[in-house]
This record gives sequence, C-alpha cells and structure tokens, in this order.
Amino acid sequence: MSAYVQSLLGILLSAILTENFILVKFYGICPFMGVSKKTDTAIGMGMAVTFVMAIASAATWAVNHYILIPLDLQYMQTVAFILVIASIVQVVEMFLKKAIPSLYQALGIYLPLITTNCAVLGAALVNVQKGYDFLQSVVFGTCGGLGFTLSIVLFASVRERADKSSCPESFKGFPIALISAGLLALSFMGFSGLKIF
Amino acid sequence: MNFKKQFREGLLTKNPVLVQLLGMCSVLAITTSLFNGLGMGLSVTLILICSNVLISALRKVIPSEIRIAAYIVIIAGFVTIVDLMLQAFLPALSENLGVFIPLIVVNCIILGRAEAFASKNGVLASAVDGLCQGIGYTVALCIMCIIRELLGSGTFGGGILNGGEGIRIIPEGIPAMQLVMPVGGFLTLGCVIAGSQWLMKRMERKRKEKEAAEV
Repeated sequence: MSAYVQSLLGILLSAILTENFILVKFYGICPFMGVSKKTDTAIGMGMAVTFVMAIASAATWAVNHYILIPLDLQYMQTVAFILVIASIVQVVEMFLKKAIPSLYQALGIYLPLITTNCAVLGAALVNVQKGYDFLQSVVFGTCGGLGFTLSIVLFASVRERADKSSCPESFKGFPIALISAGLLALSFMGFSGLKIF
Repeated sequence: MNFKKQFREGLLTKNPVLVQLLGMCSVLAITTSLFNGLGMGLSVTLILICSNVLISALRKVIPSEIRIAAYIVIIAGFVTIVDLMLQAFLPALSENLGVFIPLIVVNCIILGRAEAFASKNGVLASAVDGLCQGIGYTVALCIMCIIRELLGSGTFGGGILNGGEGIRIIPEGIPAMQLVMPVGGFLTLGCVIAGSQWLMKRMERKRKEKEAAEV
C-alpha cells in the first residue's frame, strides 16, 4: 500500500515540477501565450484548465477501460477522447451556469477555449501510455493542471513587466515573451534532479 | 483562384507559425532534428489537405450550429489514419514524435483553416490552401530544426543523413546542449519570429522606396 501512495506522490511531484506540462513537456502553449497578458486572467484560465483536466482524466479512463478495451477499439482512442473532452467542456459550462453562477462568471470565457487545449488531450493520452489506474490518472490530470496554473501565473507576472521594458524593435511583443518563457523554462530545469523516492 | 498569392501567403505573409502564431506546441516540442521536423511537417500537411478537401466538400451539408464538433471528428479521423500509418511504416518517427501525433487533432492550424477557409471556399481552392499552409508550417519547423540541431548537437540532418547520425559540423563538446532542451525551443522560436518580423519590415520598406522612386 505504501508503495502505491509513494507512486501517487511521485506523480504529483513530477506533474507539477519536474515534468511541468508547459515548460518541460510543451502541452498547451497556445493558451499559455494567449491568455497570459494579465495575472488575473491567467489565474482564471489555470483554474478552468485544472478543473476540466481532473474531470476529463477520470472520464477518459472510464471510456478507455469500459468501452474501448472490451470492444477492442483502442485505435479509436484519439477520436473518442476528443469527443469526450468536447462534451465534458460543454456539460461543465452548462452545469456551472446553472449551479455556481459566480464561478461561471469567473471562468466563463475560458471554458470553450479548453477543448482545443493540448494539455487536456495530452494528459488523457499519457495516462493510457503509462498505464495509470483510475486514481493515478485523476492525480496526474489534477496535478498537470496545477502545474499549468503555476507556470501560467508566474509567466503572466513576468510578462506584465517585460511588456513595459524597452527592447529591440523586432523583438517587441511575442518574441520577447517567448524569450522570457525560455528563461522561466531554464529555471524549471533546476527541478529536474529532484527525486524523493 | 490565385495559386501564387495563396502560396506567398502560406509561406510568408500569413505563415501559420511565424505570423499567425498557431500550433506552437509541436513547433517547440519536436524540433530537435531535421527528421522529426520534416516528418511532423509532412504529416500535418497531409492531414490539412485531406481535412480541408472533405470539409469543403461537405460545407453545405454540415449544419452551422454543430460545425466545430463535426470538423473535429473529421480531423480526428485523418489524424488516426496518419498515426496508424506512421506506426506501421515509420516506427522510428512515430516513437520520436510520440504523443504529438495524436495531438495534431488539437493543432489550431487545422481547425483554423477549416473554419476560416475550407468552410467558405470550393474543393480545389481548399486543397491548394491546405498545401500552401502546410508547406509554410513545414518550412518554419525545418528552420527551427536546423538551428537547434546545429547549435545544440553540432550536426545537420540527424535521423536522415549519414546513417541516422547526421553530418557533424561543430566538433563534439562545443555545442550548447540547452538548445535541444525545452529552454532552447522557446529561445530559438523567439529569435526566429523576431528575425522574420525584421525581414518583413525590411521588404515592406524596400517596396515603398521603390514605389516612391517610380513616382
């Protein structure tokens, strides 16, 4: 049992720090670049992604184990997963609108963007590749989302300052943002030696 | 239909990576050797042409309320075909690219072209658009690959030339390993985009000067 708990802790640590979804694995660069101009919006996007990734990891695990594997349809994985994710995003949006309007207002505009976020589909595919069980999948999805939130919030606060500083004409805007993201990724490389178990 | 204009747009003025800034994930993640870059670029081009053609052919049948879902299913179908073909015929490439092949489904370039071009234009024009945008994407990937591979591992054409080893240009020990790591992806893409912006501004200025001289 303790070995199992250790494996969960290992997944938690690697998904947030050593194998950070954005800065090391490059899942979900589009929202990372698109929604990181202000810290507030970055927090909103991070929360929305974490929420959907946790649910999507659970749902895709169930679809894979109870539908695709018994019917021997694993080659349909990509199609099935993207449909599941798109419908989850849709359901979450409707549910939040009815049940928790305050949360819906905070997350509302980011939710539709999540369907085409590589991080969600990426987490579902990695779960299958690594053969995680249900709990491990959910932990991996949630922590991947937390890692996404961590890096997008850090990056947004760096970017708020980088936009105001002066830099060569051709580097203005997107290129300088990419270079600051590179420096952030460099600092995350420092975690790569981290191993507790 | 204007093939030359579409080609110019795909390669330069509306390059999906360097100007529209779409599909960043794969551009940053897999551009560590020319083999990966070419493989990814050609796979995306193939999927882009097929999905553009099918979506354009079905554009009057698909109801507009559920069009995005329909596009995603069509794209996912083609991605699965390419994924299985790569696993069967090019297992080395499939292993290098890993999860980024199925992730082509959520590559914004393909959905973006479906929504912006294929849903409004004829089959032939859409096929040409897919080809041009795909070539633009492939060229951008290859530029990234060549820079990162040369400065990061000191070789050229790794995975293809010289029995998969690539041709060594910079002796071992000198190249900066960081450039083939995640950091290098961000830094190289930043510099490449800055370079292309500089080049485009220069071309624009030259053109204006020429016009002014003619007047």
